[in-house]
Amino acid sequence: MPRLSAEAEITSVPAPAAGRAEVIRTEKLTKVYPGGVKAVDEIDLGVYEGEIFGLLGPNGAGKTTTTGMLTTTVIPTSGRAWVGGIDVIAQPALAKQVIGVVPQTNTLDRALTVWENLYYHGRFFGMSAKEARAEADFRLEQFRLTDRAKMPVLALSGGMAQRLMVARSILHHPAILFLDEPTAGLDPQSRIALWEILGQLHAQGQTILLTTHYMEEADQLCDRLAIVDHGRLLALDTPGALKRSIDADTVITISADGDLDRLAAMLRDSVAGVDNTQQVDGSVALGVRGSRAALRDVIAVAERGGYAINDISVSEPTLETVFIQLTGKDLRD
Amino acid sequence: MTTATAPVAPTPAVSLRRPLRPTRAAAITAFKALLLRDLTVQRKNLKEFIPRTILQPFLLVFVFTYVFPRIGTGVGGGGGRAAAFSTTLVSGVVGMAIMFQGIQQVALPMVQEFGYTKEIEDRVMAPMPVWMVAIGKVVNGALCGLFSALLVFPIAAVVPATPVHLHVNWPVLLTITPLACLLSASFGLTFGTRFDPRQVPILFGVILIPITFLGAIYYPWTSLSAIKVGGFSWLKWLVVLNPLVYICEGFRAALTRSPHMSLWVVYLVMIGFTAALLYLGIKGFRRRVLS
Ligand SMILES: Nc1ncnc2c1ncn2[C@@H]1O[C@H](COP(=O)(O)OP(=O)(O)O)[C@@H](O)[C@H]1O
Ligand SMILES: [Mg+2]
Repeated sequence: MPRLSAEAEITSVPAPAAGRAEVIRTEKLTKVYPGGVKAVDEIDLGVYEGEIFGLLGPNGAGKTTTTGMLTTTVIPTSGRAWVGGIDVIAQPALAKQVIGVVPQTNTLDRALTVWENLYYHGRFFGMSAKEARAEADFRLEQFRLTDRAKMPVLALSGGMAQRLMVARSILHHPAILFLDEPTAGLDPQSRIALWEILGQLHAQGQTILLTTHYMEEADQLCDRLAIVDHGRLLALDTPGALKRSIDADTVITISADGDLDRLAAMLRDSVAGVDNTQQVDGSVALGVRGSRAALRDVIAVAERGGYAINDISVSEPTLETVFIQLTGKDLRD
Repeated sequence: MTTATAPVAPTPAVSLRRPLRPTRAAAITAFKALLLRDLTVQRKNLKEFIPRTILQPFLLVFVFTYVFPRIGTGVGGGGGRAAAFSTTLVSGVVGMAIMFQGIQQVALPMVQEFGYTKEIEDRVMAPMPVWMVAIGKVVNGALCGLFSALLVFPIAAVVPATPVHLHVNWPVLLTITPLACLLSASFGLTFGTRFDPRQVPILFGVILIPITFLGAIYYPWTSLSAIKVGGFSWLKWLVVLNPLVYICEGFRAALTRSPHMSLWVVYLVMIGFTAALLYLGIKGFRRRVLS
């Protein structure tokens, strides 16, 4: 039978050295599931204290697996990981003290009421009855759930259940809060409410790691983010820096019928300042650098080629553009 | 602020928002809180728990030891033999009640939690090793088994129309009871981690029914010697795989002077079964919550 891991040696540590402390650190973190799927492939991450860090990637990119490894429920195949300075592989039970987790599925305890879900969570984390009661009351108030306190959790709407999960996950003051696709499946109103909550927590200094496949969410919420696909980390920076990293400063998207390969080739050859072209969903996206005349040229070239233009748009590069440039495909694929 | 020194990440120290507690102390507190949570849930369910626990044993005792003797269909023959049967049945009914709790309180909820609700994940995130969460389930199931034994025992002793001859051997009773409760709850853990919701009918029909019918509830195990093919007591040796046999025989030794299996065998096999089922159950539990 497995045994309790060796007791941690608890000592005072000098104040953090110059530079920001990393609350999460991974080194070549890798997960190969039985059957051979390499879900996470040698990921190196560092998450700073107090930041909202995003893992952005399409379905199957390995976001849940990465979160699972950092929260002790997925056992890494190789590599190392620390949360709050604790080695999650060597000391999972200790690591659980410093993390709060909101998983993708609803894991509220259905045998308990709304209030009891918070109260017993506090008790699990070593709070006295009095402390847990006070924390539960406080969090219900903070998350505007006080009037539901005595309800069974099954009576909550999706948005309320999500708020309760967040309230529960931070009740024990974790050093880091993990949220796996927190807004997937929420109605727009609940999504905005959750963004506000995360903003407030961030303002109070809570370190947050969230995963998402919505680029708007990553763009708006995250201080820094990692773009992942097929288990690999493709880029890691602030949203602004990621968008600036692509050479083009304008994206022209043209939707037309006919041979898009030929259209893309024509545009590359004839329009000044084209940096790259990508084909997505029946349209060609051109990354263009510093050319005001480009739009006119694009239309002229397409018409000369005999294409009927369905739609044309000009935009700033987005994280979507960054993702397309990195992977050659759409985030939604 | 404090943090663990060893092994440390190669980074500046993180200021934790709450001081770390030693792993073992935190795990023990979490485990106690887990039991407290289960107790709360049991208290809420008491209105369902009591009828569900006592109805089946009550009907069993009522039909076999009250109705049958009255209508002249005494099981095990008339007069003294009927009284002997009532006495035999007491230990069987108590053993069965405990065995059922392992299924009701551990296996079935776990099948649901792993199959649909996933709510067990929240307790897995409590600051304790995963195996302790599984042990918590077992302890809760064992306590429910104990409680159900206390509910059912008076029924088996009082309802029969013919006298029940009890003769309590306290040292045996006080050791067999917790052992039986742990064995049944471990049984529930093993099955709860290995079945998915669609297989629950199989759990009942193919596993639980033979276990109860061939669990030495209605007859002492030794009496099966009479069932022979070519001089070999095949049924007697077939049912040694059934954990309920040892539970019922143990209670038979603890509560009555009916013939019973050697106590050495009863204790050894019960401890062996409990250890094996706990091992398999914890392994299954880890496999279900970790990947
Ligand atoms: N328990 C598992 N067993 C086998 N393969 C898995 C398991 N969980 C996830 N995978 C596979 O690993 C890859 C990454 O999955 P996941 O981490 O869930 O991605 P994401 O959360 O980004 O959608 C996918 O190909 C998925 O099919
Ligand atoms: Mg996922």
